Amino acid sequence: MSKAIKVKKGVDINLVGKSESKTTEADFSPVVALKPDDFPGVVPKLMVKEGDEVKAGSPLFYDKKRENILFTSPVSGEVVEVKRGAKRKILEVRVLADKETRYADVGTINTGSREGVIEAMLKLGVWPFMKQRPYGIIANPEDKPKAIYITAFNSAPLAADLSYTLKDELEHFQTGIDSIKKLTDGKVNLGLRAGDSTFDQIAGVDKYYFSGPHPAGNVGVQIHHIEPINKGDIVWTLNAADVALIGRSLKEGKFRAERTLALAGAKVNESRYVKTILGAQINSIIGEGVDLSDTRLISGDVLTGAQVDKEGHLGFFDTCVSAIPEGDSKKFFLTDGWLSPGFSTFSMSRAFPSWLLPNKKYNLDTNLNGEERAFVVTGEMEKVFPFDIYPMQLIKSIMVNDIDAMEKLGIYEVIPEDFALCEVVCTSKVNIQSVVQQGLEDLRKEFA
Amino acid sequence: MKVVENLLNKVKPVFDKGGKLEKFYPVYDALETFAFVPDHTTKKGAHIRDAIDMKRTMFLVIMAMVPALLFGIYNTGYQHYMALGMDVGFWDMVLFGLGKVLPLIVVSYGVGLGVEFIFCFIKGHSIQEGFLVSGMLIPLIMPMDVPLWMVAVATAFAVLIAKEVFGGTGMNILNVALTARAFLFFAYPTKMSGNKVWVNTEGGTTVDGYTGETLLAQAIENGTSFSDITNTAYSSIGESFMASFIGFIPGSVGETSALAILIGAAILLWTGIASWRIILTGIIGGAVMGFIFNTVGVSFFPDNAYFTVPWWQQLVMGGFMFGVVFMATDPVTAAQTGKGKLIYGFLIGLLAILIRVVNPAYPEGIMMSILFMNVMAPTIDHYVVQGNINKRLKRLKTA
Repeated sequence: MSKAIKVKKGVDINLVGKSESKTTEADFSPVVALKPDDFPGVVPKLMVKEGDEVKAGSPLFYDKKRENILFTSPVSGEVVEVKRGAKRKILEVRVLADKETRYADVGTINTGSREGVIEAMLKLGVWPFMKQRPYGIIANPEDKPKAIYITAFNSAPLAADLSYTLKDELEHFQTGIDSIKKLTDGKVNLGLRAGDSTFDQIAGVDKYYFSGPHPAGNVGVQIHHIEPINKGDIVWTLNAADVALIGRSLKEGKFRAERTLALAGAKVNESRYVKTILGAQINSIIGEGVDLSDTRLISGDVLTGAQVDKEGHLGFFDTCVSAIPEGDSKKFFLTDGWLSPGFSTFSMSRAFPSWLLPNKKYNLDTNLNGEERAFVVTGEMEKVFPFDIYPMQLIKSIMVNDIDAMEKLGIYEVIPEDFALCEVVCTSKVNIQSVVQQGLEDLRKEFA
Repeated sequence: MKVVENLLNKVKPVFDKGGKLEKFYPVYDALETFAFVPDHTTKKGAHIRDAIDMKRTMFLVIMAMVPALLFGIYNTGYQHYMALGMDVGFWDMVLFGLGKVLPLIVVSYGVGLGVEFIFCFIKGHSIQEGFLVSGMLIPLIMPMDVPLWMVAVATAFAVLIAKEVFGGTGMNILNVALTARAFLFFAYPTKMSGNKVWVNTEGGTTVDGYTGETLLAQAIENGTSFSDITNTAYSSIGESFMASFIGFIPGSVGETSALAILIGAAILLWTGIASWRIILTGIIGGAVMGFIFNTVGVSFFPDNAYFTVPWWQQLVMGGFMFGVVFMATDPVTAAQTGKGKLIYGFLIGLLAILIRVVNPAYPEGIMMSILFMNVMAPTIDHYVVQGNINKRLKRLKTA
């Protein structure tokens, strides 16, 4: 079955430095790290200590609340450091990588049954790729999801084109689908970019073709347009790149943590795709080809990624590394500030004339372009928020911690990334994604 | 600009924590952020942000008011010299107008920003841009001869009671500028309506037949049919329409010229700052009410000449256009949902003409209607949002 869906609201921000269809191998990353912060809601409990030898697929830590969810090492080698922050919070578990990866033995894998697939995914450490909606946290293996949604395209600025990175992985992708299908009695829905024929041969899924601007590639938007979830519903979500990784790992019985990601942005000399490994050091990914002066390095896309420095590590779910100019200089109000002509600045509002140039590519920096204010302007978020939800009202209900109102206004359908564009266009410069994250955490605590 | 930056950096320590003028940091902050968009970068969430900020938004609204302001200045002089039957040049009229209007602007901004800064000092906030618009609106909706101390009192009242007690910009329920006007309207009615306040006639005797009344006042006081009334002043009803449309009539400073206001409306809609929903449905609402009076109302109230004012002329008379374009579209006090804005705008137009025509105590209804709808806006939004919630609940039940 396939169906076409048009997403009307949203915006594609055309940034300079989009990756060209060319892949290179990243440098060898001497140290690889897992960051518990990549997994909201997880309380990490260490299973190794510094100096321990691990293999690829050996568990490094587990979730204290759900002890069967393991987080395994992407490489083999020696645990060199457990980096801790305030209150001894675990920030990174760093593994000194062997030149030749040795894989942990997980025993026989039986993907014939639901239990077998779950057990294998948990053991291999690929379970954490499976997220659940509501909350956007790692799925609970004991739940029976209503359906599983897979998005097969990224629509965020500079994000990786999955039809390019996965074109040689389709066999693994199909293996992944076949196993994942066992996890639900409902459907497995694949969200595709309209006109994309890469996944034509994939069987066993319902295909939905989405046209329209970002955030059409967000799985939340796709769920909302296919079959919106209600209070009490649980669906599981995956990114297509992760499905391929899961498929390969299940087939080989090894945690195959290789990942092809987009290296993009105005500060990258040669924007391209890079083959690397989960948790690799950013240094090894960017190599020499990135201008590092006044540069913001982001693991992930420019809307939802996390700021990293060059010694930092690639996030668990990220399929892209972006490098854009830092905006930490003052802007004179007439030349490039709030009263400038503004042909080269992006704005969703028509207060800058750049809206007359729809095909313009922007070189945007990280300046906030203003100061934080109370909400004044109304109606701007609705233009980039393709849900039948009132975004401003929902955000305000979260700010006053009104659980009842949050539920009524539809918080179960969204996660922070769905609000990324609202955050971008907000005249009052409110950090909306953090607000939504807070709301989801409050809600989870309320029902814990 | 490097010079300015260095200068600002040089005086900064005085205002910083521990500096001599630490308390006055908001003043420094206001100046610095006016001249330079600060070097604040994104710390959480999206790494890139829209170029729009509150300063540009507010500035564009002020720009949209400039045509009405310039026309108001000229018209103030024009009405003065016409009433006295003096034939003077363009610049004399402008100069006279400037002499009357500039003090209003200075007092409004001075007092309003003064109160705002005091609150900033107390609360340690940085100054918010909201009053930049209110401060320009207030002079534009005053009769040009209103005593300056009254403007000062009204502005202080409005900023304090209508805005700061609710938490400042973005939190107010009532439109600040209209609150200032309503305050004067009820506290000093003789300075706000009648036939003495709209035109300055000092320094001479008025010409024969001069009344100084607004078209609205004429319509309400005399005759049995609007066409009779206008024909004493204008040769045809079309001409009286053009007079109100172009704006060479007595009235508050900025509201007489529908043309100048529509230029402002074009700026607001072109830049997307104001809601087209509110402006459009506001005008439709006014037209509908006027049309009902024209067709049905006249047979029930044959004595009230007001019912015979053609609906298309109702729209350009008085402060209707100014209110719909600049006051009703204030995003803080208006309805916030898309559907809510349609209802809100429509009811403002409807009520404005209803109050104007039916209530003899108020020759103009737009001020009351907007303030009333400001109060009702959260209720409208409540029902619109409730509709969305019910849709979700229904989905839950059928699932």
